[in-house]
Amino acid sequence: MSAAEKLPGTLEGNRRLDQWLQFNPDRSITLAIGRVELGQGVLTALAQIAAEELDVAFPRIRVLSGDTAIVPNEGVTSGSRSINEGGMAVRYACAEVRHLLLKEAALRLGIAVEKLSVADGTIAGPGGEITYWQLPHATLLARQASASVSPKQASRHSIVGTNVGRLDIPDKVTGTPRFVQDIELPGMLFGRVVRPPSFAAKLTSFDRALVENLPGVVALVVDGNFIGVVALREEQAVKARLAALSAAQWQEGVLPADETDIYDFLVSRPSKDQVVIEKSDAAALARGERSFSARYTKPYLAHASMAPSCALAKCDEGIVEVWTHSQSVFALQQEIALILDLPAAEVRVHHAEGPGCYGHNGADDAAFDAVLLSRAVSGRPVQVQWMRDDEFAWEPLGPAMVIKTRASLDAEGNIVDWAFDVWSNGHMHRPGSVKTAGRVSSLIGAWHVLDSVPRAPQVDAPMFAGIANNAVAGYDLPNQRVVEHCVLELPLRVSSLRALGAYANVFALESFIDELAAASGSDPVEFRLRHMKNPRARAVMELAAARAGWQPGVVSDGTTGYGFAFAQYKNYAGYFAIAVELELDQGIRVRRAVAAVDVGQAINPDGVINQNEGGIIQAISWTLKEQVRFDRERITSRSWEDYPILTFPEVPKVEVHLINRPDEAPLGAGELAMGPTAAAIANALHQALGVRIRDLPLTVERITRSM
Amino acid sequence: MSEAITLTVNGVSRTVHAEPDTPLLTVLRNDLKLKGAKFGCGLGQCGSCMVIIDGHNVMSCDTPLWAAAGKSVTTIEAQGSVDAPSVLQRAFITEQAAQCGYCISGIIMTATALLARNPDPSEWEIKQALARNLCRCGTHTRIIKAVQRAAREMRR
Repeated sequence: MSAAEKLPGTLEGNRRLDQWLQFNPDRSITLAIGRVELGQGVLTALAQIAAEELDVAFPRIRVLSGDTAIVPNEGVTSGSRSINEGGMAVRYACAEVRHLLLKEAALRLGIAVEKLSVADGTIAGPGGEITYWQLPHATLLARQASASVSPKQASRHSIVGTNVGRLDIPDKVTGTPRFVQDIELPGMLFGRVVRPPSFAAKLTSFDRALVENLPGVVALVVDGNFIGVVALREEQAVKARLAALSAAQWQEGVLPADETDIYDFLVSRPSKDQVVIEKSDAAALARGERSFSARYTKPYLAHASMAPSCALAKCDEGIVEVWTHSQSVFALQQEIALILDLPAAEVRVHHAEGPGCYGHNGADDAAFDAVLLSRAVSGRPVQVQWMRDDEFAWEPLGPAMVIKTRASLDAEGNIVDWAFDVWSNGHMHRPGSVKTAGRVSSLIGAWHVLDSVPRAPQVDAPMFAGIANNAVAGYDLPNQRVVEHCVLELPLRVSSLRALGAYANVFALESFIDELAAASGSDPVEFRLRHMKNPRARAVMELAAARAGWQPGVVSDGTTGYGFAFAQYKNYAGYFAIAVELELDQGIRVRRAVAAVDVGQAINPDGVINQNEGGIIQAISWTLKEQVRFDRERITSRSWEDYPILTFPEVPKVEVHLINRPDEAPLGAGELAMGPTAAAIANALHQALGVRIRDLPLTVERITRSM
Repeated sequence: MSEAITLTVNGVSRTVHAEPDTPLLTVLRNDLKLKGAKFGCGLGQCGSCMVIIDGHNVMSCDTPLWAAAGKSVTTIEAQGSVDAPSVLQRAFITEQAAQCGYCISGIIMTATALLARNPDPSEWEIKQALARNLCRCGTHTRIIKAVQRAAREMRR
């Protein structure tokens, strides 16, 4: 491969081999990566790939992740792309490094490369051996990758494909400090922010005397609409925040919609429309005998991580240093530098683990809040911990969506026409999402200070990965027209949440498929298989149905329901099929969920299963319980009481069956379950009660209303 | 006004100087440097901050320091370490019962209190005991398996 050729995954753009690997005197190896741990186990999987290609025992790999001053820039840890893009980079870089070390060893030992073998970093051949660490590794690695060395065949893998225990779990079950919240810097102060009550609110007056003389208060910042406090002790900062909340008078705006009319709002406002797919077959269309149409809706969803966002910052020796649980440390670094008018090299962002990350939450905003508050105390280290209501009211939510579908069946009950229209705000507003807009920002603090930087324009994930994610039906349909309507006006702050548009789109698509199956008198599994040739899609459907004990034609007594759904995430990534069993005697409860998953090569099969179990349970929570409440003034979901999630007593039995395909490319595992799980529940409700609920969340009230 | 308040933490008598209404969680994390109990909501709604006070699992984020004065507080740090994990901690590692892991130390404390009063809990009893501990990643089924595994091993 010539240097001009594109290198695999994120190796392109990070070509220096010594950016990725460093050999340490204690015979360990540091793997430096730009991807970050979000609770998904990615660091362990990437370390497995490195150990495999380097032929060293797994414990020799030490992972250094997400420090902008050190690690390769691999962009954002999002979109279930860390294994297929980041993993490929690690795989090729390590294969090449092993080869370079082997060649050097051959020279030094006077033994042909072909006669050498490597075991746990020791290179041996007839009459000699030498370890990686005895070779001039620093010199050998000071070069550009060529990706010319083929990685191992899957049949030779002994670490990849095994259930290596997660590197982070021992710390987490022993309470060993490792979260961003656990970091203490010398001389650290405690900060809190005082956010406006709503998106458009403006500060009209502030009574400083109520706050600045409170015990322990070191700084009170009132700058435009940005208010923050810094105190010696954390409880003092909390009390100062409470006092500041009552010291502030705000003028609130009127939101263009509330939680009840948001769907009519979305379909009636100006939108940027794009045809996602248009496929036509006039002969098939003419066979249509019966037409069907439906409208589905999905409310705003909160990330609702276990803790609100947190960050630390200090500004001294000419460097702004930040510790954050951001998904995009490099973009955050660039954006902080842009806002403060500093060279990027004077901003250093360190990733530290936070509570589970399911998309773009308040982490980046909290990081900039910490910078603002540190600057207010002459650069001393400040930890900013958002309070629970800061996160519910200010994190970027998963957008509300509306989907309208239309289809026709022929006389044999086959789908001959299919139309799918989806309305939503764009699903992206991350730091760095807009490359060309000049001095704009996605960070709350930047908009709120007096010398503000304007809010960056809302965008959508590129390549139809946002609003239209999974809007295209993967079934074999002769006619299909899919249109996305990107609604420009923004009632609430939104960005990327796990699966983006795919949650609502698959809910709609797979509900509608079920409606058509019922209309044609077909079993829902058989109906799907009849419209699907892709063998991997068929395999997960068949496996999920078999393991669930799916029986066509079962008639419900109204207390139990069975539902099925399928999707291939993004239409090109992992395959997922699920059968759920509902219990309807006291409300709606999922009793059992059985899924089959194909993510190509599973680097860590148990990790893939863990991600999918979690996805199923989180999707059940979204589907049965969750909706961000808001009125014409503000978000009214402010605590776990206003935004309940699934609890232990409500959790079903969950089985995830993995079809591991070691010779296929890895496809990503984190986002497959969300949409299919929602549709399977809706389909089970219909199977049990004969009612079709098309509005999320699926609640008892909605069933009662429709019966 | 700041006061000197004495409590027993993980078997050791500790005196801290703080306002009596300071949340116990804040004192544990900032004054005593025990970072195992986590701040999740500050409202007693999520269980991330769970500790054991005189045998009962209690949320430390809305327990004022004065209410813990003279009492015996146990945190996750008393259970075991990475090198020598407790039976429960080992069971969580074996079952890989964590994703982000932020809720886990609170859950282990609730499970500790449960197993102390009921060494052989049914799945239903485990779920009921953990009803006030939230987990957002959806690790519940693994957590239940881990508690069951630990219960089995403790009974041996």
